[in-house]
Amino acid sequence: GILSLSLPLSLSLCLACCLSLCLSLCLSLSLSLSQEKQYVGFATLPNQVHRKSVKKGFDFTLMVAGESGMGKSTLVNSLFLTDLYKDRKLLNSEERINQTVEIIKHTVDIEEKGVKLKLTIVDTPGFGDAVNNNECWKPITDYIDQQFEQYFRDESGLNRKNIQDNRVHCCLYFIPPFGHGLRPVDVEFMKALHEKVNVVPLIAKADCLTPNEIKKLKDRVREEIERFGIKVYQFPECDSDEDEEFKQLDKELKECCPLAVIGSNTVVETRGQRVRGRLYPWGIVEVENQSHCDFVKLRNMLIRSHMHDLKDVTCDVHYENYRAQCIQDMTSKLTQDNRMESPIPILPLSTPDVETDRLIKMKDEELARMQEMLNKMQQQIHDGKDQ
Amino acid sequence: MSEVAVPEMMMPPPAMPAAFQVEKPVPGPGMGDFSYVGIDAILEQMRRKAMKQGFELNIMVVGQSGLGKSTLMNTLFKSKVSRKSVQATSQEKIPKTIDIKSVSHDIEEKGVRMKLTVIDTPGFGDQINNENCWQPIMKFINAQYEQYLQEEININRKKRIPDSRVHCCIYFIPPTGHCLRPLDVEFMRRLSKVVNIVPVIAKADTLTLEERDFFKQKIREELRANGIDVYPQKEFDEDAEDRMINDKIREMIPFAVVGSDQEYQVNGRRLLGRKTKWGTIEVENIAHCEFAYLRDLLIRTHMENIKDITSSIHYEVYRVRRLNENNTAIAHANGTGQILS
Repeated sequence: GILSLSLPLSLSLCLACCLSLCLSLCLSLSLSLSQEKQYVGFATLPNQVHRKSVKKGFDFTLMVAGESGMGKSTLVNSLFLTDLYKDRKLLNSEERINQTVEIIKHTVDIEEKGVKLKLTIVDTPGFGDAVNNNECWKPITDYIDQQFEQYFRDESGLNRKNIQDNRVHCCLYFIPPFGHGLRPVDVEFMKALHEKVNVVPLIAKADCLTPNEIKKLKDRVREEIERFGIKVYQFPECDSDEDEEFKQLDKELKECCPLAVIGSNTVVETRGQRVRGRLYPWGIVEVENQSHCDFVKLRNMLIRSHMHDLKDVTCDVHYENYRAQCIQDMTSKLTQDNRMESPIPILPLSTPDVETDRLIKMKDEELARMQEMLNKMQQQIHDGKDQ
Repeated sequence: MSEVAVPEMMMPPPAMPAAFQVEKPVPGPGMGDFSYVGIDAILEQMRRKAMKQGFELNIMVVGQSGLGKSTLMNTLFKSKVSRKSVQATSQEKIPKTIDIKSVSHDIEEKGVRMKLTVIDTPGFGDQINNENCWQPIMKFINAQYEQYLQEEININRKKRIPDSRVHCCIYFIPPTGHCLRPLDVEFMRRLSKVVNIVPVIAKADTLTLEERDFFKQKIREELRANGIDVYPQKEFDEDAEDRMINDKIREMIPFAVVGSDQEYQVNGRRLLGRKTKWGTIEVENIAHCEFAYLRDLLIRTHMENIKDITSSIHYEVYRVRRLNENNTAIAHANGTGQILS
């Protein structure tokens, strides 16, 4: 009797449970649906841009500069896992006496996970090798300027469909590890280039230094860079909303500059693994071991985290400076000689006039200021003499 | 026979233990960790930068009064973005001349920020004599191109030139059911050359499905006959994949849309729609109207492409024309009569 009573009770309990479950399910479903309802869909925009870039592919131009034998070619091969220099013939010292600084370009197409990169390496053999190295950086600065000028012409031209961007995005400068800091040629070179290209100084062949020596050299180089006013490439500040790991990595990177690197074209076996390294009787230097050198940091910085920023700074800062200078030179020439044809199409004459008027006014003010300063100085000298 | 003692330093070096084999690495895939440079990380870098910068979109709506332009904009972006939602006026008076009114909003979704500008053109096609009513609109579009051009040729130009160019013009065709009116043809013919036009059939809830299909076919024929190239333009398809996707879209335009910013309860769900005595029209139901297709085209799939065509094709055409005009002017001023290339 009791059993027969309890059965329908339990059944109805079950039913009630089921109903409430269904209800809650329905509620949650409708909630998610209404959330779905608020979704417009333009959050897909980054993906749309992404798709376009993957189709087009990227390009990057890297310049390497430094004396012969600093390990530039080896480092480039190690960075991009290529063999760009297999047909190279090294000159002997007699042949090098008459060698001038050349500019040689190597281009290689790399594809990884569907992303295509057209990498151009600009090599500068002969730099710093001669007996008299006066102004040996001139062919290099000329090359960089030529690329800017080419881009400026293309950008101002009529057909802008397929502009080739050959501007140099980054220049790795190899500082020899043998000395006690920067040599005069290092300082002059970096100062000639720091306003035209992103200069990243590296300490080359770092495997000939002990950790203490490396630290001393880095501190010395950093101090000299600051003292001589060399504007090397600055890593952008981290956003406040980046995760802690990224911020930590960024901090470490900034503290390690200039990076001390080692490159290798050979594979050795150590601790059961095959790694890129250099085999010495006293041990094996592993290129990708962070405690041995900063190669991994350089690779990560150059390729995995700052490639885009390097290109941006080249476009927004170095190129814009060049362009502004170029236009100013052109407009000053035009005002001197009204009948000269403009080499590059420029727009309504009203614009250059307004700009030149403004420039003339600026120069006038500057002149007035300098005149005032001169007068003050003269007055001071005069007063000093009297006493 | 004397033995010459070989000094130690001339002895050959000890043989390399077999464990230390030195080999030259072969570049390329199939080498495990050796083959990964990491260049695909640049996509993530670009994405981060794009998210930081945000995006801009400028949409213009053109059509006679009462075709539901403002409502459609509100429906598209699920918020009150149109001019009417911003203005306080309750009475709508038809202006004597065409007004161009821009309203900008900053909207955000899933961390992606967008500055949306809706450009309304009240008064278009409402007068008795509508001749040349497209002129103020053409002038406005060209003025945006001019502004961008001036900024671009400036000596000290901004890092990111603010983009006020009209990316897309939605043209509202009244649902007559017959064919395009002369005003529609005139307007679209002129403007398809300077801006991306997306024609839509407004207030499509007055057409049955058969009438809708017939009307669309008629419109497509007339567009073809008059040489009007609306978005997505056939000549700008980049590759076979694009062509395939765009061909499907071209067979469906113009989209027959219904807009609404009122929600109703349908089958236990709250949906945007229009409630009538004979049923409720659900805006996002593709069996009822093609609003969802329009939204997907404009926002979810082709937004970047629309902006791209505006900047790399329409804007470039304008720029070339301006530069050539200027070169002729300079040549004449110089008295050389030579046109510079």
